[in-house]
Amino acid sequence: MKTKKLADLAKTIRSKNAGTDKITFDIIFREKENYELVKNSGVLNNKLICSLFNIKEKDIADFVEFDPAYAIKFTIFRKKPSGSPGESDIFGCQQYPPLLDVEIPIK
Amino acid sequence: MKKELKFLCPNGHLGFAPTKEESYYLGVKEKPDFILCDSGSDDIGPVPLGADICTSLKSTQTHDLEIMLVEARKLGVPMIIGSAGDTGTNSKVDMYVEIIKDLAKKHKLPKFKLGYFYSEVDKEYLFKKIEAGVEIEGLDGRANLTKAELEKTDRIVGVAGVHPYLKLLEMGADVIIGGRCSDVAVFAAPALYHGHSPDLAYYLGKVLECASFCAEPYGGKESVLGTITEQDVKVKAMHPQQRCTVASVAGHAMYERSNPFYEYVAGGMLDMSQCVYEQYDEKTCRITGSKFIPVEGKVKVKLEGSGKVGERYIGIAGIRDPYTIKNIDKVIDWAKSQVKDIYGDEGYLLNYLVYGKNGVMGDLEPVREIKSHELCVIVEGVAPTAQMAEEITMTGTRQMFYARLPEVKGTAGSVAFVLDEVIRATPAYTWTLDHTVAVDDPMELFKVNMMEIG
Repeated sequence: MKTKKLADLAKTIRSKNAGTDKITFDIIFREKENYELVKNSGVLNNKLICSLFNIKEKDIADFVEFDPAYAIKFTIFRKKPSGSPGESDIFGCQQYPPLLDVEIPIK
Repeated sequence: MKKELKFLCPNGHLGFAPTKEESYYLGVKEKPDFILCDSGSDDIGPVPLGADICTSLKSTQTHDLEIMLVEARKLGVPMIIGSAGDTGTNSKVDMYVEIIKDLAKKHKLPKFKLGYFYSEVDKEYLFKKIEAGVEIEGLDGRANLTKAELEKTDRIVGVAGVHPYLKLLEMGADVIIGGRCSDVAVFAAPALYHGHSPDLAYYLGKVLECASFCAEPYGGKESVLGTITEQDVKVKAMHPQQRCTVASVAGHAMYERSNPFYEYVAGGMLDMSQCVYEQYDEKTCRITGSKFIPVEGKVKVKLEGSGKVGERYIGIAGIRDPYTIKNIDKVIDWAKSQVKDIYGDEGYLLNYLVYGKNGVMGDLEPVREIKSHELCVIVEGVAPTAQMAEEITMTGTRQMFYARLPEVKGTAGSVAFVLDEVIRATPAYTWTLDHTVAVDDPMELFKVNMMEIG
C-alpha cells in the first residue's frame, strides 16, 4: 500500500501547553481532502499515540476531530506539572516531532 | 450602545517579546475604541509566580506599555492590560502602575484616571474555606486541595473574569492595569460594558487574546483589529503580509486548549461548537454563532499556585568520545553514586537531561538509539539550602569527568566542561494549585483601586 508522511499532508503539526498539567497536539490541514484522508484513515488514534509517546491510554486527556479548522487534536497529561524540577520543556512546544513521520495510507 | 466597536490588540503577551511597531501603527490609524492586551500566562512555568519575578525584560514591558499608552491617550480611548508582569501578582501590578506613572510624566500626558486591581489570594482565606468544609476543586484530574498541598504553596493568584474590569470601567478608568485574569476577560469586559451580547463579547476575547497568532502566515507580535457589532465579530490582520483566514481563525480556537469548542472563565463557559467562520474580505474573517453559557449557581474562580521545591544549581558537560556516548547511562550512574556516597539517597533532587539522547522529550521520546556524535548533559541539583544545591550539582557534574569506563581510550577526563563551575539558578518551584474556588461575590478576590495621573 502507498503511504504518505503526516508531515507531507498537514500544514501545521505542533504541541503546546494546555494549562499546567497537559500538553496538547494540533495537526492542521490546508485542504479538506487531506484532512478527510487522515481522519478517515483511522491511523491517528489512542493506540498510535500511546505507542509514539510511550504512554498509557489513561494518560490521554482528549482526542477531538475539529472540522471547522480541518484539524485533529489530542491532549496528554504531563508526567509532572510544567516547569517542575527535571522537566525539560516548560512550554511543551517541542513534543510533536514523533508525529511527523507517521505513515498515512493513500489510494 | 455604540453599534460597532473596534479593539486593537498589539501583542499576545505584552513584554515577552517586543510589539512589532509597523502593524501596530497601522492598527492605530484604524481609530480603535480600545487598545488592549494581556501580559501574562501560566505557560511560563511555576518559577515566576513562586519567586515573584518577571520572565519578560523590563525594557520590553516599558516599550510595549509606552506605545500603547501614548496612542491611547492621543485617541482618548481606554487602554487595558491583563495579568500584569507575566504572572499578575500584586507586586507586578504595582510595577506596571509605576511604569505608567513614569511614562505619563515623560510624555507630559494630560490628566487621566488609572484603575488597577489585585488578584493575589491569601493562603489563610483558603485554609478557612477548607476548614469550613468548602471544596477547592482540582482541575485536570487533580485531587481537591488539601491543607498539606496548600501549606507547600508560596504564592496564589485568582484568575479574574470580567468583573473587576467592568467595575473599573464603571468608575471611569482611562487606563486599567489588571492582576491575573483570563485573557478573554480583557476584551469581553469593555464589549459587555458597552452593551454587547456575552455570546459575541467573549468570543471577541477568545479570538483576539493572542494577537497575530490568529493570522497567517505565522508571525508573532503583530497587531490584529477586532470588531464587534450586534450581529458578528470580525478580526483583521494589521501586518501588510498577514491575513485572518477561516483556517487561521478557526485553528486558533484550538491553541493551548485541550478542547477547541469550550472555553471556561469565571462566570461561565464560551461554547464555540456552533461557530460559523466566513472570509469577509482579503484580510478579515467574520465569525458568528458563538454562545456564552452563564454558570449555574456560584461563580467559580480558577486558582494558580506555586510552591518552592528548593534552591537550584545547574552544571553543564559535553561528551564527544563515541564509547562514552554509548555508555552515557553508566557515566551518569557513576556520578550519582558519588553524590550518594557523600549526601545519601534523600533530601535532594539530582536530574540529568541528556541532549542528543532524550533531553527534550525525556520518557516521551520514541527514539531509543543515540545517533548523535556528541552529547550535552545538563545537571540540575535541587536542595533545601543553596550550599547543598551547589555541592550536589558540582559533585554530580564533576564526577562525570572521573567516570570509570573499562575500555575508554581517553583517560584524562570523560567529559568536556564549558565552565569549571556550576551556575546558580532561580530556586525550583512546582505548580501546587490548579484548582477552582466557588465565591459568593465575583469581586471577593479582586480589590480594585483608582488614582489620577498627570
